[in-house]
Amino acid sequence: MTSTDLFLNNPLGVEVQIDEVLDAFSFLDDWEERYAYIIDLGRKLPAFPEPEKTAENLVHGCQSQVWLIHHIDTDTGKIFLLIESDAMIVRGLAALILCMLNAKTPEQLLQVDIDGIFAKLDLFRHISPTRGNGLRSMLQKITLIASNAKS
Amino acid sequence: MDSSSNLQPKAKRPFDIHAVRQDFKVLHQQINGKPLVYLDNGASAQKPEVVIQSMVDYYHHNNANVHRGAHTLGDRATTAFEGARDTVKRFLNAAAREEIIWTRGTTEALNLAAFGLGHHLQPGDEIIVSAMEHHANIVPWQMLAERTGAILKVIEISDQGELDVNSYHQLLRERTKIVSVTHVSNVLGTINPIAEVIEAAKKVGAFTVIDGAQAVPHMQVDVQALDCDIYVFSSHKLFGPTGIGVLYGKKTVLNNMPPWQGGGEMIERVSFEKTTYNVLPYKFEAGTPAIAEAVGLAAAIDYLASFDRAAIDAHENALLTQAQTLAADCPWLKIVGTAKHKVPVFSFLMDGLHPSDVGTLLDQQGIAIRTGHHCAMPLMDRFNAPGTARASFAFYNSAEEVTQLFQALEKIHRLFT
Ligand SMILES: Cc1ncc(COP(=O)(O)O)c(C=O)c1O
Repeated sequence: MTSTDLFLNNPLGVEVQIDEVLDAFSFLDDWEERYAYIIDLGRKLPAFPEPEKTAENLVHGCQSQVWLIHHIDTDTGKIFLLIESDAMIVRGLAALILCMLNAKTPEQLLQVDIDGIFAKLDLFRHISPTRGNGLRSMLQKITLIASNAKS
Repeated sequence: MDSSSNLQPKAKRPFDIHAVRQDFKVLHQQINGKPLVYLDNGASAQKPEVVIQSMVDYYHHNNANVHRGAHTLGDRATTAFEGARDTVKRFLNAAAREEIIWTRGTTEALNLAAFGLGHHLQPGDEIIVSAMEHHANIVPWQMLAERTGAILKVIEISDQGELDVNSYHQLLRERTKIVSVTHVSNVLGTINPIAEVIEAAKKVGAFTVIDGAQAVPHMQVDVQALDCDIYVFSSHKLFGPTGIGVLYGKKTVLNNMPPWQGGGEMIERVSFEKTTYNVLPYKFEAGTPAIAEAVGLAAAIDYLASFDRAAIDAHENALLTQAQTLAADCPWLKIVGTAKHKVPVFSFLMDGLHPSDVGTLLDQQGIAIRTGHHCAMPLMDRFNAPGTARASFAFYNSAEEVTQLFQALEKIHRLFT
């Protein structure tokens, strides 16, 4: 598999859409079930190419190590993302973010109400700037990729 | 200005954990629908009501600048501020009040120490620190080494997290000019044999600096008995306010240190031709100091002193023993730092989990701990860990809270298996 295939075969944001997650969440009663779901979602993250685990691809401000790379499909203009982390919850939240943002055109991506979805899932505190888990900088990096691709 | 009333032994308050907890309003709240269990005391401790009240009272009744004379409020502020210095002097059993210098905290105090001792160094001279230091006791010395051409040497530690005393003795030589070691490790909880460290350093004529940030909340310190040159700590870890800390220095050492920051308060006389400097301790206290914070710190020390130290120690040791006993039943949990002499600081790793996972899922259950490298990256490298999860206890933590911690950890473990 070439690394482009890795991008294109990522099910998150393609087969697994954020609506499905929102739906599932509405049936989960307590925090344990919700976190179990998120951790499971994290297990769906496709393998991340080892050579891409470079300082350049590291997302700053994370306690755990988080890497982010992207690929822009020239035919459709869609942005494909891959994320890796050594922490389970960050992996799960990254998978959640991919469900919202992966395989979209820059315009579509920039329209997603990320904060609103996190609030709906009662997970907003995880992306608040006061949390040192780096998800905020991960989101900033993705938005920047989209803005650059647009112009 | 030593108030003699404090020299008479006062009747100590009995140590009743439930009564003690009532002194800390912040502890009584819900986090994520669960009662708060605050186990991040190593990062910053909570303040008893008397500390908060002492600062409110100061602002309500006495607030003015210090050492400016001329009016009543100024006198009261100066009396309160200098009285706080006396309290710290007694707390550390310093020989003289001039030996207590106010700083912003441990970090600033260590930077002052590195600045003040720097002129003794020649290229090739050596500074010794240990592998378990906080960055605050590494970086100022590295900066000093860079400035002077001195060399930084590191005392090894064992897998249990104890200082390798043999490695220390081997490092010591004539070129050793400064030994700066932590009294207690913020990650491992290890209580270092600093009396021995200091004594050996003296034999080669080195200055001794002790980082007491994690020690003073847990034990009585006597700087004269230790005979160190400099001892530093932060108020906020000692149940006092943020923004103030202490550098204790022997008078002879401080007198030999050049002034640091220039400005008001630290001068005797200023003219454009020549400025002469004030005497100790003011020589090192340029500008308007943190007055209310000094008052708050003194209130925290008085509060601690209202209990029998042995009773607090017994309670803290019981918490640590309980945590260790419960941990022994969790094969998926590994304690980092198993020194024989420890304060109740409990660093750990859980199989297959990143410390940040543990922190997030404990917070979900109302439990506050610290996760990450704890500003001790070289120590993390030593233990080959990306970081640890750390529960650090204070005397106001209860046995029930230790139980709650382990129930919460069990829950997390189940979530991932
Ligand atoms: C051992 C040790 N030294 C120094 C410091 C720095 O203290 P402060 O941030 O209050 O200056 C800390 C605080 O985390 C510490 O634990």
